[in-house]
Amino acid sequence: MNHFDDLPLWAACLIAAFLFIGSGLTLIGSFGLHRLRSFYDRIHAPTLGTSWGTAAIVLASITCFSMLQSRPVFHEILIGIFVTLTTPVTLMLLGRAALYRDRVENNPGVPALDPPEGILDQSSQTDKSESAQQDDGKPE
Amino acid sequence: MNRIFPHPLLMIFLIIMWLLLTHFSLGQLIVGSAIAFIAVQGMAALQPDKPRLKRWDLLLKLTGIVLYDIVRSNIAVARIILQGGKRARKSGFMTIPLDLRDSTGLAALAVIITSTPGTAWLDYNAARGTLLLHVFDLVDETVWLDLIKNRYEYLLREIFE
Repeated sequence: MNHFDDLPLWAACLIAAFLFIGSGLTLIGSFGLHRLRSFYDRIHAPTLGTSWGTAAIVLASITCFSMLQSRPVFHEILIGIFVTLTTPVTLMLLGRAALYRDRVENNPGVPALDPPEGILDQSSQTDKSESAQQDDGKPE
Repeated sequence: MNRIFPHPLLMIFLIIMWLLLTHFSLGQLIVGSAIAFIAVQGMAALQPDKPRLKRWDLLLKLTGIVLYDIVRSNIAVARIILQGGKRARKSGFMTIPLDLRDSTGLAALAVIITSTPGTAWLDYNAARGTLLLHVFDLVDETVWLDLIKNRYEYLLREIFE
């Protein structure tokens, strides 16, 4: 009836298994995003979808189209690479924004911003020397 | 040589990417090489720090370890979400002092920690070299500390420093 009939049984089973794992993990991740209560817990759930959720669906796609076209098809792997490389950017952005907000609002359960030793003095010193340089062109 | 091909690895990666997205043929190879060449010149104009890979063999080992850990933590986190509130779970923050200073190594560590479900990289203090992590299932802090320090950071330092 359709061209999927060309797939051998073992390939069809393999593809179905990968698709099941991938979509199942992504579903669990989305479910966790809905169900978990704190923001910091919630950022963990979708990583199921961005790690093995994506990987398993990509593997299923590679297997399926390599079998159907009788030549290796690998460009889906780029999806996996780009998802893996870009997830940290979003996650850090969200995480740091939440952390900043919680610290400003003094919410409990968030680690305080530990003032790094010497960093405050250092920055004020550089500020001073910079302004001094601007004033008379001579560092203190 | 270095002037004309400042980032050979990036160039090879771009050509491979172009060939993957199109079909393998001589024409596409030439077009892809031309585009990669121009893109690499643009990259060189930005003057990024050049990452230095010292140990290629360990890179493969690290990739294997990370893939295995991702599978394992996928199962762990999925189980916790499905179990719901039946089991008492404690999630929390932890601070880890890092000895790794190389920016490419830190970027690689960020990708590893983020791709592994259950750990999230929140903040890195460059002056102190401390990393603030949020751990989904924080039963024992020393286990996570050992995982980051000895399993990932050790290999990353060998590779990049």
